Amino acid sequence: MKKKEVMILEDLLGSNKKIAGDIRKKLSEKGILAINLLSSPGAGKTSLLEQLSEVLAPKYQMAVIEGDIETERDAERIRNKGIQAWQISTGGACHLDAKMIGKLFSEIPTDLDFLFIENVGNLVCPASFDLGENLRCVLLSVPEGDDKPKKYPKAFITSDVLILSKTDLLGKLPFDIERAKKEGLDVNPQMKVFQTSAVDGTGINRLARYFIDCLKELRRSHA
Amino acid sequence: MHELSLIANLFEIMEQKAKQKKAKKITYVKLKVGVLSGAVPELLETAFDIYKKDTIADQAKLEIEKVPLKIRCKECGTETIKSDLVLNCGKCRSTDLENLEGTELYLEKMELEIE
Repeated sequence: MKKKEVMILEDLLGSNKKIAGDIRKKLSEKGILAINLLSSPGAGKTSLLEQLSEVLAPKYQMAVIEGDIETERDAERIRNKGIQAWQISTGGACHLDAKMIGKLFSEIPTDLDFLFIENVGNLVCPASFDLGENLRCVLLSVPEGDDKPKKYPKAFITSDVLILSKTDLLGKLPFDIERAKKEGLDVNPQMKVFQTSAVDGTGINRLARYFIDCLKELRRSHA
Repeated sequence: MHELSLIANLFEIMEQKAKQKKAKKITYVKLKVGVLSGAVPELLETAFDIYKKDTIADQAKLEIEKVPLKIRCKECGTETIKSDLVLNCGKCRSTDLENLEGTELYLEKMELEIE
């Protein structure tokens, strides 16, 4: 028996990255903008999607992939808005991965404008898994506290957009919105920051316009 | 706790490479884990110990090299190793940066027993 040392240099997430890259390429070629929403449980991802659907759905085709550990509840909420939705129940896994999205791929209509992917509520694990999205948005809600970006940096560092949600609760809870922005931009100076409330509608139009601009940009670059 | 699924990926790569090299055993595994990889080294170790039973690597020793965050400023070219998470250049404070190291999650090398 002889011993041999071999250099490997392989990425543990290499297979996920490859599948995600394929998904991004295929969706982009069809002119579909994929948006991955990340946050803690209860930060308001589904409510945000319900509100966005009011603004986007009259003019644009959108669909939603819902990730949760159990239940079909979030997909049902989206379907109640007349929007096509698929539920991925991970059965315990704390994140979605690209393979799970790939399995649904054949069911995704080719004439879509927006494909939203609502990740499993978890501010840690989903950050490590590229799903083939064009835009990653992280939500931080007022009740969670303004100190989260530096405590859970990966989710913020890998995101393109920071959405400070539940702003209708500002003033009722000790949440300093300027501190939240600063913490977010400290760990990722390139992030775009939005403030939204799904209760009073603050910021929903502005965020929808930004997504529409991103869609146009995607189509320009793939024209 | 997504470390178990990362370790499952690791074993796929390890077993495939060991097969290519016609190895009988894997005796040593070295990972490089960046501080921003999203994986916790201690949890990777625990997951590795759970996973390795009844595999070609059941006696393998795992070593994890932790890699700090290293950035390069695109404006002044300074390279900085960051100990905090305020991502600006250590010299000119610019936020136009590229990550050089600290996000990796690699199987770097293995030691194999080959007949």
